[in-house]
Amino acid sequence: MINKEVRDAEDAIRDITDGSVLLLGGFGLCGIPEAGIQALVRKNLKGLTCISNNAGVDDFGVGLLLKKRMIKKLIASYVGENKEFEDQYRAGELELELIPQGTLAERIRAGGAGIPAFFTPAGIGSELAEGKEIREFDGRLYLLERWIKADFALVKAWKGDTAGNLIYKGTARNFNPLMAAAGKITIAEVEQLVPAGELDPNQIHTPGIYVQRIFQGAGYEKRIENITVSP
Amino acid sequence: MLSKEQIARRIAREIKDGQYINLGIGIPTLVANYIPDHLQVVLQSENGLLGIGPYPQSSDINPDLVNAGKETISMVKGSSLFDSADAFAMIRGGHIDMAILGALEVSENGDISNWKITSGLIKGVGGALDLVASDAKLLVAMLHCHKDGSSKLLKQCKFPVTGVRCVHKIFTDLGVFSILPEGGFKLLERAPGVDPDEIRNKTEGRLVIKGEIPEMTGFQ
Repeated sequence: MINKEVRDAEDAIRDITDGSVLLLGGFGLCGIPEAGIQALVRKNLKGLTCISNNAGVDDFGVGLLLKKRMIKKLIASYVGENKEFEDQYRAGELELELIPQGTLAERIRAGGAGIPAFFTPAGIGSELAEGKEIREFDGRLYLLERWIKADFALVKAWKGDTAGNLIYKGTARNFNPLMAAAGKITIAEVEQLVPAGELDPNQIHTPGIYVQRIFQGAGYEKRIENITVSP
Repeated sequence: MLSKEQIARRIAREIKDGQYINLGIGIPTLVANYIPDHLQVVLQSENGLLGIGPYPQSSDINPDLVNAGKETISMVKGSSLFDSADAFAMIRGGHIDMAILGALEVSENGDISNWKITSGLIKGVGGALDLVASDAKLLVAMLHCHKDGSSKLLKQCKFPVTGVRCVHKIFTDLGVFSILPEGGFKLLERAPGVDPDEIRNKTEGRLVIKGEIPEMTGFQ
């Protein structure tokens, strides 16, 4: 089996440079590649294009990259929890592409699956349809959307093995498996890294073929955006 | 006039046994509290869960288990977890029976605007565009008027449109409305103590009132 293990986050992101295009897994702060993001912050890169469902919060997640003004263009479905974003966007320092969440997921899935474009009903009649090809199928209108691929994908899983196989936990799966397949180089960080052979092949969510580098992160904060409890 | 909780309680009566349902953020989230126990329904969260349960006890909070509003939740027995592409395949593919969403405005031909807008800036679209474009029956829960008193039931939406001709019914603090095929809000029920004239005054779009309109029961 091919060994994909790298030393740590620094080693994993060694060839990410100014201007790289990155896919960043997670939904809100759930299932985000915490260690990879922190390593990027320390490297203080410029001009990144980041594709991520959300923009994190001001002091955590993708928000850390925004705060250091490392992002040139953000592709997301919802950025409402981040105030830093608004300031930079208003100042014209940040480019933003907003995409319906299902379209974002499918565009990334298509990128990993070798499908250059597809038609979807989401966005018909809205301003997001402007300038896009529209076609009728069986009496309904659909928008043409293109695949998304990236130089690097940073994903987070619960468990992984040295062959790059990944298992996610709870709703921390979200965009991670899709992004793993759509990155030219996919960097997986896991809470527990085990030798190949220790995970049950029946339980693998992301097969190792999609993962080029894997490391075990340390000290996961797993910050919760909204703590809600039953009385 | 109904409170937000009462709007949620009223909408819960629309739910039928065996449905798969997606609840949006705001009043729709509250609907989960009023689904009768004898109904078997499954709530979907578009970040990857079928089978949303109640908020957890404080001892059971799990950062790896949140809903689409990024709130901590629990799972019911028989739940399943999946990725975001599967979540929206269920939505666009017609597998979700009903979506209950909040809105900024609805127009008389059933268009909906519900993008989050703060000081003129669109903060995102989330999963709403995919939901309103699906075959799921779309129910809207919202207050009848904006804070400045202006109507949210309009001839044409003023905010950017999320979806066109997609709303099935609207539930506000003043009443329940369906969208007529030829356009127009048909008043189906009035909230307790609200007379049709008040609804007429607070509805900018075409309002159709035919015959005696029943007052909602169970809220006195």
